Amino acid sequence: MSELMLDGNAAAGVLHEIFAVEMTTAVGTCANCGAAGEVGAVQLYRGAGLALRCPSCEAVLMKIVTSGRRAWVDLRGLRTLQLDA
Amino acid sequence: MAEVVEVRPETSRTKTIAFDVSDWPGHRAGQHVDVRLTAEDGYQAERSYSIASATDASRLELTVERLDDGEVSPYLTEELRPGDAIELRGPVGGYFVWNPGAQGNVLLVGGGSGVVPLMAMARQRSAEGSTIPTRMLYSARSWEDVIYRDELAQLANEDGFDVVYTLTRTQPSGWEGYDRRVDRDLLAEVAPAPGALEVAFVCGPTPFVEAVAGALVELGHEPLRIKTERFGPTGG
Repeated sequence: MSELMLDGNAAAGVLHEIFAVEMTTAVGTCANCGAAGEVGAVQLYRGAGLALRCPSCEAVLMKIVTSGRRAWVDLRGLRTLQLDA
Repeated sequence: MAEVVEVRPETSRTKTIAFDVSDWPGHRAGQHVDVRLTAEDGYQAERSYSIASATDASRLELTVERLDDGEVSPYLTEELRPGDAIELRGPVGGYFVWNPGAQGNVLLVGGGSGVVPLMAMARQRSAEGSTIPTRMLYSARSWEDVIYRDELAQLANEDGFDVVYTLTRTQPSGWEGYDRRVDRDLLAEVAPAPGALEVAFVCGPTPFVEAVAGALVELGHEPLRIKTERFGPTGG
């Protein structure tokens, strides 16, 4: 465990800006280990961008880099993402 | 934009800033806002702060701890004056929020300024006249570092709400409460029994949250009933 680790709640603002819905209650399934859980509970690391990691296997679920009015989102680590309509 | 209507000190390191936001849609206790500051040269800094107040028309309050090497918190705590306007985005977050329909015991565990979103929950509970059995466990370094002392004493008179303190660094003379970091034995005494716990909200610095959530799971509580929110040393 790193002191620099936060959780998905800290990405609520930027995720809402990109997806335009509340994302911390969306349920993601990890493409690596299959664990499913709410985005608010995943691990989050902040560097040049944001990296969201699976709390079970620590694989990267999602990477987000924002610059000005552009956002670059890598979702390869997610098998599925379930959103409330 | 949000207009500052009041700034009041809470402790030597924290202040509460009240804003009036004309088109504020209301919020749920536990949600936060992103504060964005823009310098004259266009440089922007953004930080996320938990809302401290219960939902109340266009007014909302943030309680901010000053981090001396922070980019945003020194400005918020030292420079803002009533009449100033800043950019707020939100409310955001839906995972770490109070559910007014809770049926069982609720445990709120806060470390340091991690008490802020839990205070919003306690205030919302009170404003709704709720009797949901709720216990707050608040870990602070000293009695002087306890935010909302007087108001928590008031809330603890209400039906079904109580507060347990642990003061980890210094204690007033005659202190009879806990005087150590929250650990498994302490939680075994303070938390409802596994099975009786509806939900626990744990907020604080990452090592605090990891220790508390881990100990609750060791005590037999279901991981899905433990909601966590972490903040880090890189904030501010």
